[in-house]
Amino acid sequence: MPLACRICRLIPSRLTPNIGAQTIPRDAPVSLEKVFFGFFILLALTLNFGFVLGEFDNPDHHNTYELLAVIIVNLIATVLKFGDRTQTGALLLASSLVADLQLLAAALVWAYAVHVHAGGMDAMFMASIVSLAAGALLANIVSVVLVIIDTVNLRR
Amino acid sequence: MNKVLFLFLRRMRTPLLVLIGAYTLAGLGLLLIPGVDEHGETWRMDILHVLYFLSYTATTTGFGEVPRDFSEAQRLWVMFSIYLTIIAWLYAIGKILALVQEPAFRQAVRYQGFERHVRRMQEPFYIVCGYGDTGSMLVKALVHRGQRAVVIDLNLDRINDLELTDLSSHVPAMVGDASVSRHLRTAGLRHPLCQGVLAVTDNDDANLKIAITVKLLNPTLPVVCRAHTRATRDNMASFGTDHIVNPFDAFGERLTLALQSPGLYLLREWLTSVPDTPLQRPVEPPRGTWILVGFGRLGGAVKQGMKSLGMGTVVIEELAERADPDGPSLHGRGTEADTLQQAGVANAVGLLAGTDEDTNNLSCLMTARALNPDLFIVARQNHYDNRDIFRAAKPDLIMRPSEMIAEAILAHLSAPLLARFLELSREKDDDWANELLSRITGVTDEVVPEVWLVNVNDKSAPALVRLLQEQSVTLGALLDATHAWRDSFNCVPLMRVREGEALLTPGPETDIQTGDRLLLCGQPRVADRFHHLLRDVQALRYLVTGYNRPDGWVWRAGSGRGRPGTTGNTN
Repeated sequence: MPLACRICRLIPSRLTPNIGAQTIPRDAPVSLEKVFFGFFILLALTLNFGFVLGEFDNPDHHNTYELLAVIIVNLIATVLKFGDRTQTGALLLASSLVADLQLLAAALVWAYAVHVHAGGMDAMFMASIVSLAAGALLANIVSVVLVIIDTVNLRR
Repeated sequence: MNKVLFLFLRRMRTPLLVLIGAYTLAGLGLLLIPGVDEHGETWRMDILHVLYFLSYTATTTGFGEVPRDFSEAQRLWVMFSIYLTIIAWLYAIGKILALVQEPAFRQAVRYQGFERHVRRMQEPFYIVCGYGDTGSMLVKALVHRGQRAVVIDLNLDRINDLELTDLSSHVPAMVGDASVSRHLRTAGLRHPLCQGVLAVTDNDDANLKIAITVKLLNPTLPVVCRAHTRATRDNMASFGTDHIVNPFDAFGERLTLALQSPGLYLLREWLTSVPDTPLQRPVEPPRGTWILVGFGRLGGAVKQGMKSLGMGTVVIEELAERADPDGPSLHGRGTEADTLQQAGVANAVGLLAGTDEDTNNLSCLMTARALNPDLFIVARQNHYDNRDIFRAAKPDLIMRPSEMIAEAILAHLSAPLLARFLELSREKDDDWANELLSRITGVTDEVVPEVWLVNVNDKSAPALVRLLQEQSVTLGALLDATHAWRDSFNCVPLMRVREGEALLTPGPETDIQTGDRLLLCGQPRVADRFHHLLRDVQALRYLVTGYNRPDGWVWRAGSGRGRPGTTGNTN
């Protein structure tokens, strides 16, 4: 099997505008759109993982800017999933929306802890931020798994 | 799934990405560029303040520099981010506005609304395919009679016309080809409340396709079709189309009937016209030689009828290949005096201006009338918009194909037994018809009567059935009862059908049994009240027998002791 074909397998088809087109010609070129799509979905997962990694309630182990990056990448991934009417597309969108919701809640807790709470950031706030972000991580894993399942199915 | 929402989301993908990108870039700059405070120390904005600052500058509110004064480098970057975010916002808003105005999007919104309306339909409805002259007349009459309709038409202008028409109930309409099965399904072909499909487009092939689609997808559903040629008509009949209307054949038959028996013709006209319109005046076309201008489908049908009555015809036809093979036939348009004179207009008794060009028909009518003022003139009006000039030209009879189709279909829908009645009435003579006509005028007050059917069974006339279990009721007693209830509630019985056997104009002494079907005619709107009375056992019993029997459980028990025997009948 030529290399191009093997790469094709890993690239999701979900961004193609015509819905339900499940067959791609054997020697179809790798489209930039699909790279873009896969990139953001994977990046959302990896960044999310990176943020959650570390001691659970230790504020030193979790960076604000990392959380910001996770939120932005997740939002982009959500928008990329808009407008797909297939069953998988709907599930992908749903998982992304769940991740967004969890991450935004985490950001709100952070903002409250730093700017509103008199005692500032403490272990209790950090724990809830990280647990919310960990929930988002699960949703992102589901997204990636769905994309992989869909891509594998495509060539069968 | 929701098509409109998905279309919206897909189109919003790029604008939203641009917005997120612009905010990220602008925010990143503000996070990274250090500020200098009054003590000369550097500070950085935190995420909350960056978001706050961007939120108000991007939406052009502008509160100033928060949380403290910016450094030169920060100001430079802020200037850049203001332009960046404003352009991103303008782009996104422009996209939304463009999408909302896009015809494809509006069509999708419309289609979805239509789908929802049809799905939520709570009352029985008809699907009307084609909203031209015929379709609009049908829809108007259906709505007028309290029935619902759903319209499909190819032409957006006609759908817009429908939306502007003042109708008492909402008529969902969609733009689309009705001969496409998907569109018919959307219009409710499989909806449990769908009563039938009326295929009245001006295209025979489309009507044929609609009939086939209906018969395949929902075989029990009645389908009524308009057909312009005999071939289509036969084709439709071959797979069980319930009712086929060919306006030209129908007119040929009607004109023949008018020549044969003016009374029967008038009876037919009255009973099949749209209820609540003025009654048609009697016409008496003379017998003798007729000139037929235009020998297409209409001319052929009329000629056939006249031939069966032994009348002579002279044909004037523009196309040589359509000339009448058996009989005198002239080549010409029929609008010039010399052709008409050649055809013997001075000695003819009648003229049919029956081409498919309204202008030619009118011109022919005027020329012929100038040559022979006594001529009986039948004119064909093809377009509804020309009705004023046709009315002004005052032909003795106007043939409007679209109106004829609508009337035929309505008559079929309102009372399927009416067709049988009209068929049987052909065997009667003119005197019988005239007597019935005078009785109808007696009750209807100069407007077209409504014809309705009463099924004497548990479902549609429970009160009458219950009364029949107690005593025998004659038709006269029943009609007197309605008449006694309200003076204006008067109707004329047309036919009683018992076990397939029909009795025309049954007299007052005729008895009624459970299982009978009665065809009645009377003033419009009396039918509803009549049906209502047939369900109200108290009122009906009182009006028929004059005795008001207690109907509540306690009262029935009380009176039962005093009048043994009567309680046994009620269950």
